[in-house]
Amino acid sequence: MTMLESVNAPEVREGVDRETIETVQAMAGKYKYGWETDIEMDYAPKGLNEDIVRLISQKNGEPEWLLQWRLDAYRRWVKLEEPRWAMLNYPEIDYQDQFYYATPKSMAKKPKSLDEVDPKLLATYAKLGIPLKEQMLLAGVEGEAEPRKVAVDAVFDSVSVGTTFKAELAKAGVIFCSISEAVREHPELVKQYLGSVVPPTDNFFATLNSAVFSDGSFVYIPKGVKCPMELSTYFRINAENTGQFERTLIVADEGSYVSYLEGCTAPKRDTNQLHAAVVEIVILKDAEVKYSTVQNWYPGDENGVGGIYNFVTKRADCRGDRAKVMWTQVETGSAITWKYPSCILRGDDSQGEFYSIAIANNAQQADTGTKMVHLGKRTKSRIVSKGISAGRAQNTYRGLVSMHPKAKDSRNYTQCDSLLIGDKCGAHTVPYIEVRNNSSRVEHEATTSKVDDDQLFYCRSRGMDEEEAVALVVNGFCKEVLQALPMEFAMEAQSLVAISLEGSVG
Amino acid sequence: MALPKAKEDALAARLASLTLPAGKGWLASVRSEALSRLTAMGLPARRDEYWRYTDPTSLNAPAAPPAVRFEPGDEAEPFDGMDRLKIVFVDGIFDPAASDDLSLSGVTIERLALAGDTDIHWAQGLYGQLEARGQTPVARPLAALNSAFATDGVLIHVTGKAAKPVSLVYVHKSDTSDAILHHCVKLDAGACLTLLENGPAAARFSKVMEVDIADGAQFHHVRIQGRDHERRAVTHLFARLGAQAEMRSFTLTANGRLTRNEAVVELAGAEGRAHLAGATVGDGDFHHDDTVFVTHAAPACESRQVFKKVLMNGAVGVFQGKILVKPGAQKTDGYQISQSLLLDEDSQFLAKPELEIYADDVKCSHGSTSGAIDETALFYLQSRGVPRRRAQALLVLAFLAEAIQEIADEDIAEEIRGRLERWLARHGSTG
Repeated sequence: MTMLESVNAPEVREGVDRETIETVQAMAGKYKYGWETDIEMDYAPKGLNEDIVRLISQKNGEPEWLLQWRLDAYRRWVKLEEPRWAMLNYPEIDYQDQFYYATPKSMAKKPKSLDEVDPKLLATYAKLGIPLKEQMLLAGVEGEAEPRKVAVDAVFDSVSVGTTFKAELAKAGVIFCSISEAVREHPELVKQYLGSVVPPTDNFFATLNSAVFSDGSFVYIPKGVKCPMELSTYFRINAENTGQFERTLIVADEGSYVSYLEGCTAPKRDTNQLHAAVVEIVILKDAEVKYSTVQNWYPGDENGVGGIYNFVTKRADCRGDRAKVMWTQVETGSAITWKYPSCILRGDDSQGEFYSIAIANNAQQADTGTKMVHLGKRTKSRIVSKGISAGRAQNTYRGLVSMHPKAKDSRNYTQCDSLLIGDKCGAHTVPYIEVRNNSSRVEHEATTSKVDDDQLFYCRSRGMDEEEAVALVVNGFCKEVLQALPMEFAMEAQSLVAISLEGSVG
Repeated sequence: MALPKAKEDALAARLASLTLPAGKGWLASVRSEALSRLTAMGLPARRDEYWRYTDPTSLNAPAAPPAVRFEPGDEAEPFDGMDRLKIVFVDGIFDPAASDDLSLSGVTIERLALAGDTDIHWAQGLYGQLEARGQTPVARPLAALNSAFATDGVLIHVTGKAAKPVSLVYVHKSDTSDAILHHCVKLDAGACLTLLENGPAAARFSKVMEVDIADGAQFHHVRIQGRDHERRAVTHLFARLGAQAEMRSFTLTANGRLTRNEAVVELAGAEGRAHLAGATVGDGDFHHDDTVFVTHAAPACESRQVFKKVLMNGAVGVFQGKILVKPGAQKTDGYQISQSLLLDEDSQFLAKPELEIYADDVKCSHGSTSGAIDETALFYLQSRGVPRRRAQALLVLAFLAEAIQEIADEDIAEEIRGRLERWLARHGSTG
């Protein structure tokens, strides 16, 4: 061991390398995806009523049952009250002052292949670093001996622009397409599973989504199939005053496996924009789904002007025995985040995992966590949540672990750590723990602390400036979650952590 | 804001069964303030966030649900051998004959019912005041009800070091008694008091204690809640600590049909210390709820919450604990642990351990665990020749030890251990 190695603290070495720091420096500053695409759009009239719901359904060419489903949801939603129990402070949302459907004019006639897609749209995704050409690979993985492929479904405002690698996936029997296409091509699957995990009656935002959802992805992995590549959906909000209501449905049939990635960005705007998504995952016997999100919606500026209001309902239902789900999320964007990806552990021996990094800087507010509902015997769950607050931000972990009387011999382990940077921000933990049988073990740990002065001092003494040092220490703090991400996401997330914290010290 | 209809009706029914005690002095006016707080809030309901795990129906009912008084048999009264000043309440009414003389060096003790009629009294600045402060951010309507309608209680002013502990003894006689007691304790700077409480008090018991602990004062509180009786109780402890003040509170609860113990503690001066602990053992029709709210409002304070529950035969344990660190309360050291040992399949533990933190230079942590007794440890003890029942009792005591350690007085801690051991011997049903 050389001298140099011996003085290198392990926290520093493992979490972040030199490259990350260089990336951070290169990206120097601010929200990177704040530009907008100048493109002609078709809007539905502003506001929300039954006609709009009908219009969305008609635009998507939906069958009658789905229109009825949407209308039922809408009629229910009108009577619901917006939940206000989260530790979030935001002005009343005027649901009539938004567009519920916006699509690029060029998408009016569905392009048959990606070659027919408006070059402006393709350029948008290229600029975002999303490979919509099948020969392209995700940045950062060129060096690998066996190039990894990632199939992408790109959603632009209310419509899916295109999906890559469809043919290759079809060979394996995997269905990967936009949900509107799935409604047309695979109505029996959609009808069977849509709303079966998150029913339209679930909560205010899920009900709203059920009424007006526009596009999102549909994934079906047949029995015994290991999806040959990672699937990914990239959501881009572009149009102004437009809400995005994506709906994603993933069905993993018996013994199958898929890893799914979700990314999202939006332009910089002074007004707040609404995003209310629903993600449903059905996991049958012996199947496994990994769902990773890097949420990077526009967070608003330093003074809290603008930014996305992100109200998301995500739930995985482990229906069969030994089903497995893993949620990994990196939440760096959005002015308001309200999101609790959950696991229903119904099958015996099923497993749920939740790894989360939530970063709130400036005036951002995040109220996020998970629910682990143990119904089956010997079910296991693990929660690792890392919350980082800086500026004047408020960051709350809210979670539920529930062991039902029949969930004998089940286990849960929860770890929630919060890090505070600066004395104007807040970090909160609100766990609910309900244990209704004695053979199960539940352990919950939470800590709150500030960035360690010794670690900072060490980094500074090695010549880093304060911001770099904080980024490094924070990346070390998040290590356990970053390691749970697929590699290309982990790299993006690592640099995002640093960018999101920019301007938080000094 | 108007109350929902259901809440309005429940409140009207409850108020119809109560009358504001007569009085013309300072107490009458603070009572009516408390009543307006109550009418604005309404009674607690299951849908309220802090009542989701405990059903307040029997606490709200106009009449106390009957509870047969319990005969403790040959077990001695708690704190029996101790040199203490005993104040006895029977079904919530002060009993002068059974009580000691109220004079004690370093302490002035008055009966609420008498002191309330004067025009000016030190308790004016305390009675209902900490309770009112404790209503935000979480409403505690049953405490406001108590402040309005309390029929008796004591006002304790500690000016120096109390010569001996003051011991409040609550005797339960009538099967349908409904007692509402309200105590105020004021400790001057540097003063020191140990306060003991025990007894079931009544079929239904509501008690509020407001404690003002000035700079450098020390308040030690130990309470033993009943043993095997059917009473229902809701108690509130509101405390405010000055700089370098210290508070230690320990509660042993053994059975009782329903117990809701709330503690609301504000660390208002720098370097204050508040330790709250509870050991609970429940068998059968038993519901025990510890709801704790500790506010760090000043820098460099330390708080500990240690709550342990042993539950069997369908007993339910609830813990809702919160540490709030206000902006500027730097160098806070907050610790909270809630654990339960479920001795059979039917028992439940419901917990909500919360942190709300607005200062960055803090060390706060909480832990919560729930599970069955460790079979490996049990097996080990049995392999060393310890009978299974005895082994189980040893492990249960070891589990409760951390809470009992919070008691400053070793003799009292020993008494608590002895009581727990005897309780376990009587209830060692499993295995």
